[in-house]
Amino acid sequence: MAAPAALLRRRGTEPAPARARGRRAGVPEQFTGWAFVTPGAAIILLFGAVPIVWSAVMSFQRNNLLSGSTPYVGLRNYRALVHDPLVIQAVAHTLVYTALFVPGTMVAGLFLAVAMNRKIRFISLYRTAAYATMAISTISEAIVFIWLFDPSYGVVNYLFSLLGIPQQQFLNNPSEALYVIVIMTIWGWTGFAVVIYLAALQGVPQALLDAAAVDGASSWTTFRRVTVPLLSPASLFLAVWLTINAMQLFDEVYLSTQGGPLNSTTVLVYYLYDQAFQNFNFGYASAIAYFLFLIILVVTAVQFRVGRRFTHYRS
Amino acid sequence: MSAVAEPMGRRRFRLPFSPWHLVLVPATIVLIFPFVWLAVTSVETTGEALHFPPVLTPHVLRFANYPDALHAAPFGRFFLNSAVVAVTTVLANLVLCSLAGYAFARLRFLGRGALFAVIMATLMVPFQVTMIPQFIITKWLGIHVLAGVGIDHIGALILPNAATAFGIFFLRQFFKTLPVEYEESARVDGASRLTVLWRIVLPLSAPALATLAALTFLDSWNNFLWPLIAVTSTNQMTLPLGLATFQGAHATEWTLLMAANVMSLAPMLLIFFAAQRYFVRSVAATGLAGT
Repeated sequence: MAAPAALLRRRGTEPAPARARGRRAGVPEQFTGWAFVTPGAAIILLFGAVPIVWSAVMSFQRNNLLSGSTPYVGLRNYRALVHDPLVIQAVAHTLVYTALFVPGTMVAGLFLAVAMNRKIRFISLYRTAAYATMAISTISEAIVFIWLFDPSYGVVNYLFSLLGIPQQQFLNNPSEALYVIVIMTIWGWTGFAVVIYLAALQGVPQALLDAAAVDGASSWTTFRRVTVPLLSPASLFLAVWLTINAMQLFDEVYLSTQGGPLNSTTVLVYYLYDQAFQNFNFGYASAIAYFLFLIILVVTAVQFRVGRRFTHYRS
Repeated sequence: MSAVAEPMGRRRFRLPFSPWHLVLVPATIVLIFPFVWLAVTSVETTGEALHFPPVLTPHVLRFANYPDALHAAPFGRFFLNSAVVAVTTVLANLVLCSLAGYAFARLRFLGRGALFAVIMATLMVPFQVTMIPQFIITKWLGIHVLAGVGIDHIGALILPNAATAFGIFFLRQFFKTLPVEYEESARVDGASRLTVLWRIVLPLSAPALATLAALTFLDSWNNFLWPLIAVTSTNQMTLPLGLATFQGAHATEWTLLMAANVMSLAPMLLIFFAAQRYFVRSVAATGLAGT
């Protein structure tokens, strides 16, 4: 840890502490401060900061637990990664999944939140139904949806048969499985999006909506020109938050398809898990982890840049 | 749909019911159908569950699926493990993040800025980057320091999450919004920092502490990837891991699987409904903090 040097430098630049109003006690503040911080900081350093550095080091090593030694191999893991067809597929699947899941969840959440942002009968019932999806673990959610989308006995195929749509293989079909996972995760995150948008809608001043109505704007125009812009900070937050989570998709894939059929649902974190804890290629897996981190950073940075242009902050 | 921009409830009395019901009823059916179908399947006979077209209203209710599922895997134990892990993690976070958050908000000590920056940096990094070293460290701790926090013990699910960078940051931000005057007058009267924190700051911070507790609880209860890596013995598994393992072994026994699933999600659903207000406010707070 590079802390000590920074600490000393810090001391010199610190302005004379504003110890006004006699905040002097028996125990020096130095000591109290460190005593308060140490237990929590120790855990975060041990399980957060140290692993960040350690996995960076490992990503430059050949480390597969079977070999006793862990020689440095330079950029070989990263070079292998760029040429690994499964990594390329996994990146593609992760991005396709993200590109469908994030807007899907946001649109569903916005639509439901607008519908639920009024005092009508049964409203708390409607809201509770949406919120309830937040209480469901990803595992419970995946099991229910595997059953709903079961090719032989599933309800979805039954509905399809009523509509005259041919029976589908869903999670067993390489060209459909990822979309089923998109649907189940949108369902699982709807409650979250509704909560965020409902909270933001509470902050839309009634006066602005009234003013628009007085000016003769239709309700749709008011929604598009007044409400949606006022919701843009919440939208940006949701877009970034959902994207970060989408790129880390794992639980549903692990449970429903294990990356199959024919690797059609192998997303980055699933492949990383597979490399790390099935094949014990810690070095290669660490390189994949940093690659994932890089992609997340780039995508969220782009979102913030683009988002800032469309985001209106009041006051 | 003309009511988008309409002032809430001003004109609704003209209609027999709000047109929004026409949207909300189907939407709600879609949202709760998975729950309903889960509950229905959990009391069906295998014959009716494996029937196409699906039997939407079972002719025989087979509640024996529940004892059968409990017989096949110790869901009581999974529940207990999940509860122990979640409650301990929440309590540890409340204590450790309060202490650290308060120190970062109010106390001056050497290296405060640097330490805070390092902690904040860990907040940005996804878990997947840290999980391999975390696994190695946990394994080492179990062998050389204390078996109870090593691999394959529920302690391994608690210790790494006993304090979080988010919790420290969140409480520090909240503490900074509190007026300093109360604390200062208590200090003048000779109260120690710990007394000030316990007697003055924390009572004023109940909403923030409740939010942190609710979010930590949800996170801990639903965590899957780390338990999957850290635990292999059945008697140390939490509910999501136990359920996933059960699914792996009984993938085609849908009625048992659904009974197991109902037992797994019902406790959390009940807790959630009981404290819905808290959970919703807490989740909304993350969004408002981000905007």
